[in-house]
Amino acid sequence: MAAVIDREQVLHVAKLARLRLSEQEVERMTGELSGILEHVDRIGNLDLEGVEPTSHVVELENVLRPDEPRPSWPREAVLAPAPEPVDGAFRVPSPQAAES
Amino acid sequence: MGELLQLSAAEAAARIAAGELSAAEYFQAWQAAAAGDELNAYLWSVENAADYEVEQGPLGGVPVAVKDIFCTEGTPTTAGSRILEGYEPPYTATAVRRLDAAGARVLGKTNMDEFAMGSSNENSAYGPVLNPWDRGRVPGGSSGGSAAAVAGGLAPCAIGTDTGGSIRQPAALCGIVGLKPTYGSISRYGMIAFASSLDQCGPLTRDVTDAALLLAALQGRDSCDSTSVGIEGGIVAPSREDLSGLRFGVPAELSRDAIDAGVRASFEATLERIEALGGEIAEVSLPNAEHGISAYYVIAPAEASSNLARYDGVRYGMRKGGDGDLVEMYETTRAEGFGPEVKRRIMLGTYALSSGYYDAYYGQAQKVRTRIAEDFTAAFADVDFVVTPTSPSVAFGLGEKTDDPLAMYLNDFFTVPMSLAGIPAISIPSGLAEPEGGGAELPVGFQIAAPAFAEQKLLEAAYALEQGIGFEREAGSRRPWNGGSGG
Repeated sequence: MAAVIDREQVLHVAKLARLRLSEQEVERMTGELSGILEHVDRIGNLDLEGVEPTSHVVELENVLRPDEPRPSWPREAVLAPAPEPVDGAFRVPSPQAAES
Repeated sequence: MGELLQLSAAEAAARIAAGELSAAEYFQAWQAAAAGDELNAYLWSVENAADYEVEQGPLGGVPVAVKDIFCTEGTPTTAGSRILEGYEPPYTATAVRRLDAAGARVLGKTNMDEFAMGSSNENSAYGPVLNPWDRGRVPGGSSGGSAAAVAGGLAPCAIGTDTGGSIRQPAALCGIVGLKPTYGSISRYGMIAFASSLDQCGPLTRDVTDAALLLAALQGRDSCDSTSVGIEGGIVAPSREDLSGLRFGVPAELSRDAIDAGVRASFEATLERIEALGGEIAEVSLPNAEHGISAYYVIAPAEASSNLARYDGVRYGMRKGGDGDLVEMYETTRAEGFGPEVKRRIMLGTYALSSGYYDAYYGQAQKVRTRIAEDFTAAFADVDFVVTPTSPSVAFGLGEKTDDPLAMYLNDFFTVPMSLAGIPAISIPSGLAEPEGGGAELPVGFQIAAPAFAEQKLLEAAYALEQGIGFEREAGSRRPWNGGSGG
């Protein structure tokens, strides 16, 4: 039986998810995801025409509160756990080089 | 000191409140116990309890082990992941703040499957937790550290999170009580997100009374979590003595599924016990429950793939590959920071949400979810509770299922439907059973599910059944916190 998901698709999905996979991981992932998706595909054949999808189990209604200003966290506390805080901001490598 | 550790959380709180027990002495006894952790149950535990001050409240003086998925200001919070190694959050989760407000104090942060993805605790970046009944076996997951800490006498009580069974299954495998409340009962603010429409905090305790005590403190609406609604009327200590007038539904579809012989025998004996206590056993039909695993393993990974996009090496946690360009940094950080199961689920979820597959997977899974919720609604028109074994087997061996992700996922067969429906469910120990293939007897869990927000009624029934089963009498000397233990 043909795999549900092939190597090319695994590489494409990994790119979408910003995950770099090793050659070994691509190999493993292709087999494992196919196995799981085969199981999951059982629900693909159910006739669920007209059934409302559930995204949330609790009935929620909008609740409004007064829009009053209040202090937010201190900037230093939020920046403290960052790998490279600089001048009150998060420093990241240049996105420009990504175009190569 | 050993005697202090025999007290339940409720007993200790009552003695402290009455001035019969020193809160500082009690806390220090537990601190010493936690420091002697040989199960890898803790990732961090409190070191200096000398400055302990008596706190007032229903949990005054009670130490609580907290799953490392809850943010705690100024102490490490990793969610079992390498990508958050060394992270100290700038704020504390509402659930932990509420325990604190009730007088409890954090004893330590417990080990877990990375980002709560797993059923054996073998997916932790910091090594597996060992089952206190038999250290060659898993404690279950993902709240394995919390379950092992309570069962192993390293904490009087704990909190965890349950997305598809992550409180109930480890509670079952460790012989303790685990409650997943109704979705929305407890705030998720500061609880590191895995699958936001399913994640729910809950207690892991030695007995049902302690579970009620913790739930009473934890539940409530929180302005920081718009999906939290609390439990109307609150929660009080259960006191029901029998089960007369209550109907317990056994799913007709149950017999078709593979349940180990020992677990099945314990389940059947518990049904007889329910009848002896005046309860009635009826058959109910949950025809869509068999598709629960399929729907769950689309919905949960899909939500996870979105939630885990935030770990990109910019704002917190690990950063790798910072010498290259931005995308290279993202990809290197995530490649080195995430473990195999987390990568697998991100891949699965990204695939299910990707263009061309969305309707076939995510859309279809959400419709199955509706059907499963409807099944429960129909069942509860006829019965008060639905009961199943919590797990199809007792604790399995370390490494036994790590090579087969699908086999691992099928562990959640009995717990996932309740998660998808958002309803409360509790696992209580129903006895001991020999594992398939022989060996010393291990705990079996019995699951009771109730309609949304019927926690008080659920706790009352679980309490009456707990007294009737008398697990403590059966397992007493073998319970790890009473000094028994496996090799």
